Amino acid sequence: MMTVEELRKIKEETLKHMESKLYKLDKEKIGQKATNRHVLICGGPGCYSSNVEEIKERFVEKIAEKGLENVEVSISGCFGLCESGPNIEIYPDGTFYSRIKIEDVDEIVEKHLCQNEIVERLLNEDAKKEDKILPVHQVDFYKKQEKIALRNCGIIDYNSIEEYIALDGYHALAKVLTEMDRGEVIEVMKKSNLRGRGGAGFPTGRKWETAYKYEADKKYVICNADEGDPGAFMDRSILEGDPHSVLEGMAICGYAVGSDQGYIYIRAEYPVAVKRLRTAIKQAREKGLLGKNILGTGFNFDIELRLGAGAFVCGEGTALMESIEGRRGMPRPKVERTAHKGLWGKPTIINNVETFANVAPIILKGADWFRSIGTEDSPGTKVFALGGKVKNTGLVEVPMGTTLREIIFDIGGGTVGGKKFKAVQTGGPSGGCIPEEFLDTPVDFASLSKIGSIMGSGGMIVLDESDCMVDIARFFLDFTVDESCGKCVPCREGTKRMLEILERITEGEGTPEDLDRLESLAEIITSSSLCGLGQTAANPVVSTLKYFREEYEAHVYEKRCPAGSCQALLQYFITDKCIGCTKCARNCPVSAISGKVKEKHVIDTETCIKCGACMEACPVGAIIKK
Amino acid sequence: MAFEFNWEGNKDRVNRLLNFIEENKNKKGVLMLILQETQELFGYLPKEILELISEKTNIPLSEMYGVATFYSQFSLVPKGENVIGVCLGTACYVKGGQEILEKIQEILGIGVAETTPDGKFSIDATRCLGACGLAPVIMINEKIYGRLTVDSVEEVINQYR
Repeated sequence: MMTVEELRKIKEETLKHMESKLYKLDKEKIGQKATNRHVLICGGPGCYSSNVEEIKERFVEKIAEKGLENVEVSISGCFGLCESGPNIEIYPDGTFYSRIKIEDVDEIVEKHLCQNEIVERLLNEDAKKEDKILPVHQVDFYKKQEKIALRNCGIIDYNSIEEYIALDGYHALAKVLTEMDRGEVIEVMKKSNLRGRGGAGFPTGRKWETAYKYEADKKYVICNADEGDPGAFMDRSILEGDPHSVLEGMAICGYAVGSDQGYIYIRAEYPVAVKRLRTAIKQAREKGLLGKNILGTGFNFDIELRLGAGAFVCGEGTALMESIEGRRGMPRPKVERTAHKGLWGKPTIINNVETFANVAPIILKGADWFRSIGTEDSPGTKVFALGGKVKNTGLVEVPMGTTLREIIFDIGGGTVGGKKFKAVQTGGPSGGCIPEEFLDTPVDFASLSKIGSIMGSGGMIVLDESDCMVDIARFFLDFTVDESCGKCVPCREGTKRMLEILERITEGEGTPEDLDRLESLAEIITSSSLCGLGQTAANPVVSTLKYFREEYEAHVYEKRCPAGSCQALLQYFITDKCIGCTKCARNCPVSAISGKVKEKHVIDTETCIKCGACMEACPVGAIIKK
Repeated sequence: MAFEFNWEGNKDRVNRLLNFIEENKNKKGVLMLILQETQELFGYLPKEILELISEKTNIPLSEMYGVATFYSQFSLVPKGENVIGVCLGTACYVKGGQEILEKIQEILGIGVAETTPDGKFSIDATRCLGACGLAPVIMINEKIYGRLTVDSVEEVINQYR
């Protein structure tokens, strides 16, 4: 059994080996001398799928071959900048290499590690400005970020509980078990005003207090890791890069509310995260940080993994509990709060992954520290998954209150290929599309809901002028229809009807009445659905109708898709590039193309069935669609 | 497709499942765990095995059918040796995920949730795989392939032929 003393000893021992990579936390020191050097390889979801294990092997081999001493190579959790992966950082220098292939490893070892010469051609493109080489923390993508939930991601080796302990891991658990009574823990959490990071933003401390107050023979702590919002991978990155931070948060919660059993309900689509969690739970049990009599204090707490099976609705708290209980994941009517009657009718706390990852730092550094970050109403930071048509796709963590513009343009680098920004979609299928005029909105729970979207779990998809907003709304409705559990009529039938209307509109068969029908259906579904999935299902439609109504109208009245995205509304044209080869005319299945040999041909848009055969056949690219 | 369950050839797997049931039968909410183990062992949920589970656990077959058909990861028919999951999350969708799916269907000559006649491949249209930074992506078995184009996808699939 581990004691608090031993925990400190592990910390001291492990820190010795970590020196230079800790400069990542202590930016002042970057570039200074250290007793060792570190090659840190990003093992985030994106980079990991690009064979980083092989890259690591090659580094280890080459370093041994060159006889270099005191160079450590490790794969850590997500660095965040998925766009330019696989990413590598070398410490103490803070050098930031990107898009590394296995062939590049030898050169980095020979030049950088042997001769202290930076391999400029492999530097991240933003790590070089006017001939000056910038250390990683000065790269635009990282400058405005502040990390709490992702504090260890990109530093520690996710397979090492020792490295987690070295960075004060399990010290917060030790602190609550040895120095604080349960009520004090609840007080700190309440004072911190940490709000649920899963989307709804319910104050965590208040939730815990409810479960704490009810007497019961059994209470449960559940971590909701069923991250189903398309375009969101924050929780995945935390679970894969720093699994112990979630386990520790859950154990602290267990102590505070009086529970001895935790469950992590995780999507089966995340096999890597499942594997790393299994390893982490095993390590924690071996060290006596989970299980019976933790740290000799008499506190028992264990965690079991439960896998989802591909049902989005199970991210909804009550549906998730149904699923753990072994049934169809259908939401329950919320007569009582789950903190009162949840899993198997017992008081249950359900918090999201990111919420739990925030707990340990709050306990160690205090509620005042946490409240000094972010805004009054929404303290702390939020992790966002930036994706879609943005230059720097990846994972960012910023203080609440940062504006959308800062996230998308300063950190994300704006849109790609010179295309004009159109909107940002936040909150997944429950959220909305925010147009350019609101880009200066600070990101916090209240501000986003005021403009018709939601914070959601943190997915942020950037859309540009080539994305049709009606089609985006249709995409989300298609998702909701597919994922509706079918229990309540408004959601099951209503979303289906909305989808049919949107399909009609994108196919050029919409009528003006359809727009009114969409609005009234939205109102009914929102007000009468049983659970959050249905209540928010109409948001993508409502927000696009509000801010991009002219696009809907162009589809309905002019049978035109302004973004040039809806296939059925596109028209094919032959430009002056035409050389009159007749190939298009011969390939047209409906003989809609006419013209003489060696003269420009013309498409009869009335007859054209828009199959695209002519475009494929044209040898000179003279046919365009718009 | 007509399918006869091969008891003899699956003896080991059946035994492993029986052990799993024995070890876990006192756990609360065990049905999901058993079905997941079954899917893992056999690649689908064979009717014959569901009957066996029902017998061992006293969970009615109707309840099992209800659960099995609710979750998209459970399949009542055999899946291909290689399961190709095409991501249709938002980030992939706006970067051409739909076209990738169409191309894969064209290459393999099957639709979503179908299996090729040689039993080599099946296609799933999946929701976000959480690798949005690499959009558009597909997942073959447990490996992610990202930044795909309509032209590069065939090469990826050929690695599994």
